[in-house]
Amino acid sequence: MATDIIIVIIVTSFATYLSRFLGVVSSEKIRETSKIFRWFNCLAYSTLASLIARIVIFPSGSLSEIDYLIRFVVVILSVVVFYLTKKNLVYPTIFSAIILATLNSYI
Amino acid sequence: MIDKKYFLKGFKSIKGVGSPAIALGASFIAIGALLKNLGFTIQESIFSTFLTYALPGSLVMAESMLIGASLINIFIAVWLVNARLYPMTVALMPLLIHENQPRWKYYLSCHFIAVSSWLIMKDNYENIEKEYRIDFWIGIGTATWAVAIFSTIIGYVASDFFNKDILIGLAIVNPIYFICMMIGAMKTFQISLSVILGTILGPAFYFLSPEWCILFGGLIAGTIAFLLGEKSGN
Repeated sequence: MATDIIIVIIVTSFATYLSRFLGVVSSEKIRETSKIFRWFNCLAYSTLASLIARIVIFPSGSLSEIDYLIRFVVVILSVVVFYLTKKNLVYPTIFSAIILATLNSYI
Repeated sequence: MIDKKYFLKGFKSIKGVGSPAIALGASFIAIGALLKNLGFTIQESIFSTFLTYALPGSLVMAESMLIGASLINIFIAVWLVNARLYPMTVALMPLLIHENQPRWKYYLSCHFIAVSSWLIMKDNYENIEKEYRIDFWIGIGTATWAVAIFSTIIGYVASDFFNKDILIGLAIVNPIYFICMMIGAMKTFQISLSVILGTILGPAFYFLSPEWCILFGGLIAGTIAFLLGEKSGN
């Protein structure tokens, strides 16, 4: 089992590094002022947004046990805290864990 | 070899109001606990974060092991979920490449590309001279990577003390951090549209294919945003 785990870790890290490595290879020929760079910039942000939306709306693991409405309320309230604290990133993150645990316990 | 001043400047990005340390820490604490429950030793858990350093990939690895997936299936599943790292790398490296810097720095430091470090670099690169951006980036990467490894150890050691409520609390912190950072990054029409369309299309494609929804949704959303942005001139 121990060697199995090591092999799984190596396979996982190789599958992950592959995209990063190919990204650097492609970057060698792309100038930051080019159209293709702007396209990839859009793709990077949109893919990230898709990933985050998926994690919140269709979560796997412990978040999936939380009611959809509670997740939604926590996201909205945390974004409000983000703006109220002049775009501080530490407060909304701590706030989100506390408010989620509270809502989950009392609703 | 690596300019110390810029490296330290990047390293210090884990301090202050924009710090990713809490969000990153929370999610890797959860990973540490998860890996322990899967039967990993502490060395294997550290090794995993050390080598992979991409949260969704580690989660997919754990889920695949639970259902006894084959190595080739694990490879494909991880590659699919982490394929977003390709456009992220292409959208970052041209900003860092400079003729005076050796190539190995780029091929080695691309390992640090993950959502938190990437968003911090995108937010700060304009303040750094181009020649030294790679050293600044290595500083950010080393700091966020170190937080991830350290948190994996904490999660592994403390996993017996975690109840369900704590694990749920840990799970929400990272998405909230990413949402706030993405909102902060919406400074141009093209990027704002990319984020908004990606948020809608990613989950929408989930109904067609849970495995491919992020890539399909992202590709279509990003391309529409790019075309509309080019047309409107920003």
